[in-house]
Amino acid sequence: MTRLIGITRPAPGDWKLTQLGWIFSLAIFILGTSAALLGRWVEEGGPRKAMFTAAWCFGDGFLVSALGVHLHQLWIIYLGYGFIGGIGLGLGYISPVSTLIKWFPDRPGMAIMGFGGAAFIAAPLSVWLMTRFSTPSHIGVGETLVVLGLIYLCFMMVGAAIVRVPAPGWAPAGYVASAQPKPLVTTQHVYVYDALRTPQFWLIWWILCLNVTAGIGVLSQASAMSQEMFGGRITAVAASGLVGLFSLFNMGGRFAWSSISDYIGRKNTYFLFFALGTLLYALVPYAGSVGSVGLFVLCYAIIFSMYGGGFATVPAYLRDMFGTRYVGAIHGLLLTAWSMAGIFGPVLVNYIRQYNITHGVARAQAYNVTMYVMAALLIIGFICNVFVRFVHERFHMRAVHADVEVEGAPVFGRQ
Amino acid sequence: MMAPIRQAHGSDALKLVLAWGFVGIPLVWGIVQTLVNALEAFH
Repeated sequence: MTRLIGITRPAPGDWKLTQLGWIFSLAIFILGTSAALLGRWVEEGGPRKAMFTAAWCFGDGFLVSALGVHLHQLWIIYLGYGFIGGIGLGLGYISPVSTLIKWFPDRPGMAIMGFGGAAFIAAPLSVWLMTRFSTPSHIGVGETLVVLGLIYLCFMMVGAAIVRVPAPGWAPAGYVASAQPKPLVTTQHVYVYDALRTPQFWLIWWILCLNVTAGIGVLSQASAMSQEMFGGRITAVAASGLVGLFSLFNMGGRFAWSSISDYIGRKNTYFLFFALGTLLYALVPYAGSVGSVGLFVLCYAIIFSMYGGGFATVPAYLRDMFGTRYVGAIHGLLLTAWSMAGIFGPVLVNYIRQYNITHGVARAQAYNVTMYVMAALLIIGFICNVFVRFVHERFHMRAVHADVEVEGAPVFGRQ
Repeated sequence: MMAPIRQAHGSDALKLVLAWGFVGIPLVWGIVQTLVNALEAFH
């Protein structure tokens, strides 16, 4: 999109990368905001209505963006992908959460791992579509956006049509709810806005924010960073291959770490993220100084697996703290941490790098301080995790009668 | 308190295959494409 006018190279009227970067930042910001504002509606209105709305918003976001490309008006793309599409992202992200936790009470962590996989479909599909639509005088971005929008709309509509909330009392084959209380796993429920009054919510907010800040910062610069740290050894093509590989670990980490968390517990999983992450971030400058591409890739592969794992594990952490009744809405509120991290991370990485280069630091070492800053952020996250305890019983909802939430199921009212 | 366990029937198995195919086929295609690109980058 930086060559819409110039085709082969950016022309004076073309948009700059810094201007385009705000499309993604705005979409992530709106994702968190809409998830926070609409989480209760999703929880109380059910997943189908929310998924239906998400499908229209996300699909329409692409169509509006295509119009922006056609008219060459960047604000229309901010409105389309950033704002309308961002609402679709937020609703689409939180709407399956409580549904999946109810379907899989025995594997609440493993149930939430799908987000991230779409990158593997969208990236090659977008490239393929653009090659089909491009001509010597036209790049084909607008048409690609239209086709992608329609595909997303269709696929998300299928999801909305088939989603079901399990019948009251449903349980997977062989599953027996533990009679013994597990450490840090509640059997009670906390009302969505009461969760905001608990220290646990804000501790987990910072845990997610710090984990994502570190991850998203280096994710946004992984290509440039690898090329600059290993100048001449990692080409632009190799760097893009590495980014694809890291994305694979991002998605795999969602599956692996959330599954592991079902066995070792959420708190211990986050202890691992922060302890191992601190070590790995601190090792990256060493990998650059000794010229070890293998160590660099290994560090980043594990870091990105934990970045994805952090996202996938946090809904189960919330479920353990606040129960299942409003977990989707509480998760929506928590995603404001992602909105903040989406700004903090890239800004930290970009500005520290720029500061170093301006002050004469070689490009190969320009990221060293950033890595140590990220390691320090993870130490703060570790400390936050230490303080996570059971939610005090004064925040628990009390059971009132048996006909409000779902017919025949225990129902809870506010105290 | 748990209700009796509901087992999947034959028609449910077909739905399961369709649902997994709907998600899995595009995902596997995308992962293969990503790996092919990543391997090419190292040659």
